[in-house]
This record gives sequence, C-alpha cells and structure tokens, in this order.
Amino acid sequence: MPVEVRIPTILRTYTGGEKAVSGNGETLKQLIDDVESRHPGLKDRLVEGDGLRRFVNVYVNDEDVRFSGGLDAALSDDDVVVVLPAVAGG
Amino acid sequence: MFPRLRFGLVLTIERAHLDEIIAHAREDHPDEACGVVVGAAGSDRGSRVVRMINADRSPTFFRFDPAEQLRLYRAMDDADEEIVVVYHSHTATEAYPSRTDISYAAEPQAHYLLVSTRESGQQEGPVEVRSYRILDGVVTEEEVRVD
Repeated sequence: MPVEVRIPTILRTYTGGEKAVSGNGETLKQLIDDVESRHPGLKDRLVEGDGLRRFVNVYVNDEDVRFSGGLDAALSDDDVVVVLPAVAGG
Repeated sequence: MFPRLRFGLVLTIERAHLDEIIAHAREDHPDEACGVVVGAAGSDRGSRVVRMINADRSPTFFRFDPAEQLRLYRAMDDADEEIVVVYHSHTATEAYPSRTDISYAAEPQAHYLLVSTRESGQQEGPVEVRSYRILDGVVTEEEVRVD
C-alpha cells in the first residue's frame, strides 16, 4: 500500500490542487523521488542538497522527521506524511 | 520599498481577537510573540486566536514549535478551518515584515499581522499594528478594520 502525502496549500500548484497525493518508497527520500516523477517541481521545494529545506516541516505519522533520520527516515505501508510550511520569521 | 496600501485589501478582525494578540505581544516582550487566528476555510473571518510557542524564544526571531504546529494543523483539518491570520511581534523595530519574515511567508490565504511593542514594552501604551499580504516575496500592506 502506498504512503499518503498531505500537501500544504502553497505547494498544491504542483499537485493540480490536490490536498494529498500517494507515493511509494522505503525512505522519505525514495518517496519524494517517486512523487516528483508525477508532480515535477515538488522535490525542489522540499529538498536542498542532502537535507530537507529549513522552510518546511515534514512529519511521518505525527513525528517530526528532523528527529527520526530526515530524508533517511524509514517508511512503511499506510504511513501518512504531512508537509507543513515552517511558520517563522524575525 | 515602502508598501502601497492596495485598494480593496483589508483585514477585518474582531476587537477581542486584536486585544488578545496585543496582550500576548506585551506579555512576551522583549521576546517575539507569535500565533494565529483561525477561521472556517474560505471565510476570511477569524473565529479564535491560538497563541503559539515561539520555539526560538528570541527578541529577534520566532518559529512555531513544529510539534505544536502539527497539533494545530490536525485540529484545523478536523474542523475544516484554516489559518486566517499569522501574527507576530517586533519588539525593537517597526511593524513591517523583515527579510526573514518575507522569505518564510508561505500561507497564501493568510493575513500577516505585525504588532510592534517597541514603544511601550510590557506596559499599557501605544502599539503599532499593521497587516500585510505576502505572496512570492511581494509585500502589500492592507487596511486593518476592527469590528
């Protein structure tokens, strides 16, 4: 079973307006690559170099992936990935 | 660089919500305070103020705590709500978006409300309150209408 990825409003231009898309991967990195193949442009908004952009928070089953391996975070069937734009400033 | 007030852009906010935001900004001074006003999706009207933790606890930066932000997202999702206003305070500068504020702004439907406590700090006294739309790095100031 694929993994569900919840897409924030600001990134729905890449998903044709869809609030959620599905994809496959054993790690977050693989999942993002898989989703990118159908929604080109999304990866660049999430990933910078070898890590996640500081502008986004990514959660796997409610856990912030910054504390569980980042792009190497392991995924299982039926996991839910939530992407939220970081709310921050100065 | 000074933004134009674009005709027709307006934030309409309840007096009680604005008072709550100003109270929050005063309490956290000299650190920056931050939070949201949420409302029914698509309504552009706030129904409640949610104070958020400034994970940076800083006089010059703010960042929503990611775990608390996820809880907010879940609650809004369940209630078919969205963020209507993102607010934060500046404690030593004017109520105008900083370069960092602009680079992070990622809620296209939101009004970005800034409160400056630089004049009165934690005391009762004048505060500056201004609101903006921030889209693709472009800042447009808007009227604040209190009802």
